[in-house]
Amino acid sequence: MTDLMKIHGARERWVSTGGVELCVVELGDAARPTVVLVHGYPDSKEVWSEVATRLADRFHVVLYDVRGMGRSTAPAPLRGGYTLEKLTDDFMAVIDAVSPDRPVHLVGHDWGSVQSWEFVTVKRTEGRIASFTSMSGPSLDHFGHWIKQRMKRPTPRKVGQLLGQGAKSWYVYMLHTPVLPELAWRGPLGKRWPKILERVERVPAGDYPTPSLPSDAAHGAWLYRDNVRARLRRPREDAYAHTPVQLITPLGDAFLSPKLYDQLELWAPRLTRRTLPAKHWVPRTRPDQLTAWIGEFVTANEDLEAGVPAQRTVADGKYADRFGGQLVLVTGAGSGIGRATAFAFAEAGARVIAVDRDAESAARTAEMAQLIGAPTAWAETVDVTDEQAMEKLAEKVAAEYGVLDVLVNNAGIGLSGSFFDTTPEDWKKVLDVNLWGVIHGCRLFGKQMAERGQGGHIVNTASAAAYQPSKALPAYSTSKAAVLMLSECLRAELSDQGIGVSAICPGLVNTNITATARFAGVDAEEEKRRQKKSSRLYGLRNYPPEKVADAILSAVVHDKAVVPVTPEARGAHLMSRFTPRALRAIARMEPPL
Amino acid sequence: MTSAVVRELSAELRGFREVQTLAYACAEAVAAQLKPGVTEREAARMQREWLRERGVRDWFHLPFAWFGDRTAFVNFRIPLQFFPTNRKLEAGMPFILDMAPVHKGFTADIGYSGCLGLNPVHDKLLADLEAHRELILREVRERRTLREIYEDVDRLMVRQGYANRHRAYPFGVIAHKVDRVRERRINPTLFGFGTQSLKGLASDAVHGHRDGWSPLWSPYKFSDHPPRPGLWAVEPHLGFRGTGAKFEEILVVTDSTDPEESAFWLDDDLPHVRRWAEGI
Ligand SMILES: NC(=O)c1ccc[n+]([C@@H]2O[C@H](COP(=O)([O-])OP(=O)(O)OC[C@H]3O[C@@H](n4cnc5c(N)ncnc54)[C@H](O)[C@@H]3O)[C@@H](O)[C@H]2O)c1
Repeated sequence: MTDLMKIHGARERWVSTGGVELCVVELGDAARPTVVLVHGYPDSKEVWSEVATRLADRFHVVLYDVRGMGRSTAPAPLRGGYTLEKLTDDFMAVIDAVSPDRPVHLVGHDWGSVQSWEFVTVKRTEGRIASFTSMSGPSLDHFGHWIKQRMKRPTPRKVGQLLGQGAKSWYVYMLHTPVLPELAWRGPLGKRWPKILERVERVPAGDYPTPSLPSDAAHGAWLYRDNVRARLRRPREDAYAHTPVQLITPLGDAFLSPKLYDQLELWAPRLTRRTLPAKHWVPRTRPDQLTAWIGEFVTANEDLEAGVPAQRTVADGKYADRFGGQLVLVTGAGSGIGRATAFAFAEAGARVIAVDRDAESAARTAEMAQLIGAPTAWAETVDVTDEQAMEKLAEKVAAEYGVLDVLVNNAGIGLSGSFFDTTPEDWKKVLDVNLWGVIHGCRLFGKQMAERGQGGHIVNTASAAAYQPSKALPAYSTSKAAVLMLSECLRAELSDQGIGVSAICPGLVNTNITATARFAGVDAEEEKRRQKKSSRLYGLRNYPPEKVADAILSAVVHDKAVVPVTPEARGAHLMSRFTPRALRAIARMEPPL
Repeated sequence: MTSAVVRELSAELRGFREVQTLAYACAEAVAAQLKPGVTEREAARMQREWLRERGVRDWFHLPFAWFGDRTAFVNFRIPLQFFPTNRKLEAGMPFILDMAPVHKGFTADIGYSGCLGLNPVHDKLLADLEAHRELILREVRERRTLREIYEDVDRLMVRQGYANRHRAYPFGVIAHKVDRVRERRINPTLFGFGTQSLKGLASDAVHGHRDGWSPLWSPYKFSDHPPRPGLWAVEPHLGFRGTGAKFEEILVVTDSTDPEESAFWLDDDLPHVRRWAEGI
């Protein structure tokens, strides 16, 4: 008995086809759209258990063991028993059994995806497949053409790409040697494999891989031997996908270069791209993200089929492949950098939680976010300094929206004035918002991320003042220096768990911060005057918060540690490293107010 | 509110209102003919021809047309970029038509925002312009300085989540004075602007400079004065992530001590105002 069968409502059936018996498991209501999950090498259907159980409450989920793996029987002889034609026969037999009247949604990982590319590009399946989600398994035909193109016109870049992928394919050559792979898998490699997965691929330990691994792997070697050489040498010319395709590319895949998919649009005209920072075994390491993307893609194509017009603005922002459907929380989202950041994530199709202590402006941000691509957006009125309120927010978010994929601790206030003009009250206020707000956010939401164990990212808005001393901003700069160091330490701590931490150091940005900043040591009238004056100065500098938002998204995508944004912030960052004395001289200057 | 005033419009104001009505009629007629594939240049030519056929011979400025993200002046760096291009209109794209014809010696300067088919962002921008029209009138009546009003409009835009796009106009103006223009037989233009009108604006600038006011309503020091009686073409322009929307119409400022008569919109029967009244 495998763990899949322990799931409530799981049904097992056997499908015989071409001399083999395939073990098929169904979950969920058979009246719902059918999603067929095809596993890879060396795996069995259990690789999908996390994703399948998550999909089962919305869909009719079908999994089967590929011939000779898991509990399905192997063809005899093995040689010639694994051609893509035969694998297509198996697939057709399975879907005819589980969904005779309606087309199915196909999902493949690794060799499951390689096979599925064959399914969606051959004539005989037309009308039987409604959509295809591919991860970590290219079409051998497309791959063949990809190599040919690069051999025909070998520019240095193309040769580089060839060598790059060539190096990642070492195991493919190994698998072509006779007998040795079988011996290895049935011997030491089979025994060590679970540990290797855990250490190198960061696959959580548990009931995967299953005990059938050595024979799965030994039989599966024929997947390569029966197909790879033949297809790469003579790739099909007509391998066009007749279904919409969603391509999910894990950027840290040790076996496949993302460059393989550069021109996939030519073969799959209805292509949606997704990327995620993860290694090869995403069905084990990122089940939540996969479930969300598969669910969304299946539903969208079902609606399309049914003639339901698209419900919302298509998110076509720069990073839509990365953030589509992700859950993002931004504090201080009612104005300036926070609002622009919420909008940028919305344009990338993320679900956005806009947090601000000002209810009206947070609501406005959420409203506008939905107009430009966020599938949903919520406004939450919370003061980030209020520990209890933040705890309540964290509970609510976890219960109602899920675990965050990206947290942006951005709320902050300005405070200017000499050290002796700054009262303990002033200090408390600025540290409360700028530092404690960040600490609460990281503690509460970072913990949820870490506990989920599926990665994530935390962005903290520090400031160029974090490394640029100034006699005019002692308290503000201190608070930001603390945020910078906190971010660096947390980054070190969370790096093992696939959670990135970035500190953003903007520089002078045209936002509301100058109009609301506190100026210590002057009366109310003078404070007004200085607020106005500094607003005009920042207005003249006119660096838009949208560019900072762009830097924030890019910091997440590229997992950057410290990001100075404006030219002056970048200049000061360099000076702090190479000419700190000059920076100290600047620190002594009178501010132009 | 201003109906009483409007009823008693002097012959002069009536002249301005007629040409403004004509210009908006042109915008609506041309907008109705826009379809996918039409270029900005073609749209500009359509406006020119429509107005020429109805007797327009001189311009404050020649018609402009902006499509797509050009409605928000994305990446505009030099004034030449305001001129119509070969950008083609596509389904869902926002557009702006902006023209300033002179008719029988009276000048109008109008801006018309629309979009080809559904565009929720554009609808939102257009709806949110209403608050700006109210704010500007209210503060002009309060005789706040033009610079302050400019900053308040700015603040409202920021609260709404928008960027101020009139800042991209020459001198960053939100409005400029318009006047009567002497009718001539030959009406040359310079960089798209009528030379007669430019002359008027320049002479206002010279005189104004001496008396501490400017015919350009800007965020700068030279607009640090209360509204100056006369006719102002006011054009708040909102931008939001590649979509822009504006209106432009004439605000009449008088030296009356009665607040209602001290300032009023020349005409309330305009497409955007009707749209708000209908609650769209
Ligand atoms: N604008 C700049 O030049 C600049 C430069 C460097 C760093 N920063 C940092 O960027 C961040 C964003 O600032 P901005 O420039 O967008 O300012 P902003 O004033 O425009 O926006 C800050 C937002 O945070 C909210 N906020 C303030 N205190 C809060 C609290 N206790 N709880 C919840 N929300 C709160 C405010 O209501 C406001 O909506 C701040 O951390 C700031 O220190 C800004």
